[in-house]
Parts: sequence; structure tokens; C-alpha cells
Amino acid sequence: MSITTYELNHLDQLEAEAIHIFREVAAEFERPCLMFSGGKDSIVMLHLAAKAFWPARLPFPVMHVDTGHNFPEVLEFRDKRVEELEARLVVASVQKSIDDGKVVEETGPRASRNRLQTTTLLDAIEEHRFDALFGGARRDEEKARAKERVYSFRDDFGQWDPKNQRPELWNLYNGRIRIGEHIRVFPISNWTELDIWQYIERENVEIPQVYFAHDRQVFSRDGMWLADSEFVTRTEDEKVVTRRVRYRTVGDMSCTGAVESEAATLEQIIEEVSATRITERGATRADDRVSEAAMEDRKKEGYF
Amino acid sequence: MEFLRFATAGSVDDGKSTLIGRLLYDTKSIFQDQMESIEKTSVQMGNDYTNLALLTDGLRAEREQGITIDVAYRYFATPKRKFIIADTPGHIQYTRNMVTGASTADVALVLVDARHGVVEQSRRHAFLASLLRIPHLVVCVNKMDLIDYDEKAFNEVKEEFRNFAMKLEIPDLTFIPVSALHGDNVVERSSNMPWYEGSSLLHHLEEVHIASDRNHIDARFPVQYVIRPQSDEHHDYRGYAGTVAGGVFKPGDEVMVLPSGFTSTVASIDSYDGPVAEAFGPMAVTIRLTDDIDISRGDMICRPNNQPVSSQDIQAMVCWMSENADLTPRMKLALKHTTRSSRVMITDLHYRIDVNTLHREENPSSLQLNEIGRISLRSTQPLFFDEYRRNRNTGSFILIDEATNATVAAGIIVGSGT
Repeated sequence: MSITTYELNHLDQLEAEAIHIFREVAAEFERPCLMFSGGKDSIVMLHLAAKAFWPARLPFPVMHVDTGHNFPEVLEFRDKRVEELEARLVVASVQKSIDDGKVVEETGPRASRNRLQTTTLLDAIEEHRFDALFGGARRDEEKARAKERVYSFRDDFGQWDPKNQRPELWNLYNGRIRIGEHIRVFPISNWTELDIWQYIERENVEIPQVYFAHDRQVFSRDGMWLADSEFVTRTEDEKVVTRRVRYRTVGDMSCTGAVESEAATLEQIIEEVSATRITERGATRADDRVSEAAMEDRKKEGYF
Repeated sequence: MEFLRFATAGSVDDGKSTLIGRLLYDTKSIFQDQMESIEKTSVQMGNDYTNLALLTDGLRAEREQGITIDVAYRYFATPKRKFIIADTPGHIQYTRNMVTGASTADVALVLVDARHGVVEQSRRHAFLASLLRIPHLVVCVNKMDLIDYDEKAFNEVKEEFRNFAMKLEIPDLTFIPVSALHGDNVVERSSNMPWYEGSSLLHHLEEVHIASDRNHIDARFPVQYVIRPQSDEHHDYRGYAGTVAGGVFKPGDEVMVLPSGFTSTVASIDSYDGPVAEAFGPMAVTIRLTDDIDISRGDMICRPNNQPVSSQDIQAMVCWMSENADLTPRMKLALKHTTRSSRVMITDLHYRIDVNTLHREENPSSLQLNEIGRISLRSTQPLFFDEYRRNRNTGSFILIDEATNATVAAGIIVGSGT
């Protein structure tokens, strides 16, 4: 008699589900691509993709939609990771979209390139004729995302129609599309922020230093600590101070807030995340604060 | 920690949102900013109380109309288990959403209002749970506070539900008297019902034994993707990647590959983290065989002495999900089953089942949106399947409309033949 219990713990199950999705897309689509921002979720995605196809290389390229407002340490990390995996990197630049006159840069202290990204992304999809894009969105992040499918169908304009989603049954994904349409694929839909951190710790996955507590020049806006950088215009009242902070999410520097924290190790981060009473996007994302349905509205326009 | 996926169905008035809200609230799974946001919205909408339904009814249309239109997934954890809730609206027009939510669930939660007893909706939910073979059904008899926590009334509901459930296949049926509003028997055992000797709902969800629900007997491995690195280091590597759909695979096992019927031996089971001694569901692994035989996506690796049914003629129950066209005999559709895609024709529509009364209407002319019926279909190529009741992975399929690419049906295999 075997004593194996044939049980998988939650991280093994989440990992297996994600690997299944990566392989399914690679098998059924002609031109998939993995979105990579250098943030923790996309780092986990890249790790899962590497696992799914080992010992082969990734059978698709990696794309970074570059707002130009990056944390320098995150960009460095991106390049290093892509090189280690011998992956092909595609950079879609928001600056280039601005220079080409496709979008207009916002002005004023609240200016952000967050919304402009959508145009850059959709242009890149068209240029490279990508038919499936892997994204690291999770359903626990935001209420519009809680209702999005693992395979999220997008029409010719990249738009999401929440009322017209394909039913998703068992682990049978419907990847059929017409030319010009594409699917956004979310392999880590069922992961929570805590799962991500526990997995990073278990798998010993390297992440950029901005996730760990460090001293930084910041200023307060809307109850968030924003980094003082060349990409933001401060008002007179917004004074720069030094605080010990870390980032819970990493995105565009102009709209990603830091949280005060002493968590300098993965263990301390996990402890902090387990105890927190504020969602990660609530604590750190100015872009979600525009309105009750800010995320839903952006997704309908083609945002991730 | 182990996962448990449970599905709930119901409408606002039966207290489902309150029950889920309480589970989330009492397990500290609602965040402060989420709570503040729904408190603010509740006030704006003129609600007298904080409407916990707003936590998941996140889409603009849902908020504006005060309805749930889709499956919402919610996550919470206790020190014992992690939970995924697939929360679906309970009205008959949302049967397809319920089927979707139920397809992956380990446990189904059905709410019954203690004052009204077993109603049409509770019967429908129990039927769908049994059709989708959710192994465990929990009936929460809610609003016990409104009937003075009366044991006799609870027993009557229990008796009534049991009588109906006898006609269904429900392996594990549990009844819990609760008051979602006051929290009785939700997280903690209630002192208002000393006569109740069972567990609280949360305790039951933490303890219910689900490890044996998966099929670990019939070895099934649908080939999903062939890994050929074509690099100097792994020049001759050829591995078959996939997710174990049943049974256990070990190096040294004698295996058979369908449809070719060739036999070989498992040389190794590979993963990024090193060789795997035993692979079982739902592990995603890569199998290498000792012989160089032609295998591609859609093939099935099994054991020579334990093979799935191989047939082009399939008997199935389907839930029709299209609002654009009805299912009719002679219709041609695309099918996806495990990793195999095929084209099928509906050869027969035997009966439609009334999901409220279980009455069978023989030889209907069509199935409309949200209707469930028994069909025969013929596939252009053989499928390798087991009865759904034996294996949910190899017994399920979806049908796709080739003109619109929409998923139009969920299928449950009953057997082979016409």
C-alpha cells in the first residue's frame, strides 16, 4: 500500500492551474505574448511560464508597455531576467506614441501616462499581430476583475464587454477568435496577493529591491506616498520628506504609491500582507480612485 | 494548506449575500477600504444598511440595477483552508451561470428560507448540484431567528428536502440551521440552538473531506503540448506535457496511447523542479516514454488494462447557453473535450428536463437558453472519455458555435452509442 495521500497544497494547485493555461494557449494560438512590467505578478508569471515549457525556452516573446516613467531598478531587473531566460523582449513605448502624435500627453500635477498605455498596447498588438496576451491580473485585486474570465475575449478594438463573456466551464477554455480579435489570458486569476508572496518565498524568485523597505524621498498626495521624481509635478503644498517605505505594486512612478513599512525580508512582507486591512490597489493606485468603476471603464477601452 | 471551491446560488432576498458577507467579515477577509467604499455607495443608493452584495456586484450595470449578472469569484482563508467562492445569481434565467460556477466546485451551498421551506429554487439548485456531480451538498436553513430557532421547523425542512433529494444522486448531504443576519452557526456554534449538535457552516467547510473526490484510479493523461526544445543541450528531448486527468502515473508504468493503440513505458516524469516520483490530478507535468512513437496534442495516455471509452457516438446531458440560437437535431457544432477538438452533429434530442420538477418532456423540438436535455451526438473523430460520474475531467465537454465562436453548451457524458 502506498502512503501517498494524493493531495496538493494550495500553491501547488494554483501553480498547476497556471501551467495548464500557459500550455493550452501555446498549443492553440499562433502568436501569443506575455506582458511583463517587472512587477511581482508578472515576475511570477514569467517564472510559471518557464516552468510550463522546461526544458524548452518560452515559445513566445515578452512585451513591456513602457510608459517611460519607470523605476530604474525595475527596468534593470527586467533586462536581466529576460536575458537569463533567453527570451525575446518587445518594448512598446508610450513616448513613441506621443512622439508619433497618436496620443497627447496629459499636463498638470495629476498628469499620468496610465491611460495613454492603452493606445500603445493596442498598436503593438496590431503591429505584431498578437492573438493572445498573457497578463498577471488577479481577481482579488479589483471588483471588475473579479468577474473577468481567465480567457477574456477582446474585439477588433481590444474592448472588453462584461455582459457578453463566454461561459467558462471546468478547465475547458474556448480560444476561438476571428482575425483581428484577440484574447487576454489571466493564468493567475485565482491567486491572492498573499499567495503571490508565499510563492515568491517558496520558489526563491528574485524580485526588484523596491518591494523591500528602503528610505526614499517621497511626498504625500491623496493619502499616498508618491516618489519624488522627474515624472511628477508637485504643488507647493506637497513637501518632500524622507520615509522608510516599500511598494506593494509597481507600475508607473507617477501614480504608484509606496506604503510605510519596515518589512525588509520576504518573511516580514508576508507577515505584513497577512495582517493588512487595506487592499493593495486601494493603498497604492491613484488610477483606480478616479471613480467607482474606473477599472471597468478602462478595461472596456482595451486596458488590461 | 488545501483548497476548497464552493458554489453558491441564490437571490438577494434569501440571504445569500448576507451569508457570504458574514463569512468574509467574520474571517476578516473584507478590507477596510472595500468596506468604506461599499458603505459610501450604500448611502448614495439610499440603503438603510451596508449592502454587502456591493462587494462583488462590481460592474456598473449591476450597481445601477441592483442585480448580479454573472459569476463572481471571491477568496478567503482560515488557518485551515483557502476558499474560492463561485457566487452566482439564483434565478432560473441564470441557470447557465450556476452551471458554470458549479462545474469546478467541491461543495454546493443551497439556501432555504426556514419560513418557506423547500421551494422551486431550492429544488433547482439541488438538481444542478447533482447533475454537475458536486460531491458535497450543504443545505443552510436560513432565517432561523424568524421562527424562534425552532427545532421542529428545521426538521420539517430537512425531511422535505431529503424526500426530494432521494430522486437525485447526492453522495453527501448536510443540513445546518443558521441565521446569516445574526451569525448563528455561520462561524461559531450558536447558543440559540442548543438542540443542534452539528458543526457551524465554516467549521464544516474547513473539515469536509474532499481529498477522495478526485479519481485516483483510472490513469488518464490527455496530451496537451509536445515539448521539443531543439537546443544543443536537449537535442533529442521529446516530452508530452499535460495535466493528469485521472489516476496516478509513475516511471516504469506500462502505458497505451490512444488513438494509435501503441504501448510503451513511462521513462520519466519531468518538471522544472526535477523528476517526479508519482503524478496525480491535477498536477501539470511532462511525461517521457521509452519508445519513439508519434504522439500529438489530443492523444490520450492511459493504461493498457484500463482504457477510457473510445467512440464517435456519445450520449450526454447538455445545458444550452446561447441566447441567439436554439439547439436542434442535425445541428453542427465544434466540440472541445480534454485537449481534443472535434466537430459534431446533434443526432438526437431525447428529452428536455424541467429543472424545477425533474419532469421529462420527451422528444422536444429544441432546447432554448438555460434548458437542460439529453442528446446524442456524433463526432467526426473518436473521443476518449469516461462517464462524467466517474471522472469530471474526461466526462465533460463544451460546444462552440462555429459562426460566432461563442460557447453555447456545457456537456456531461452519460455513455456511448446512439
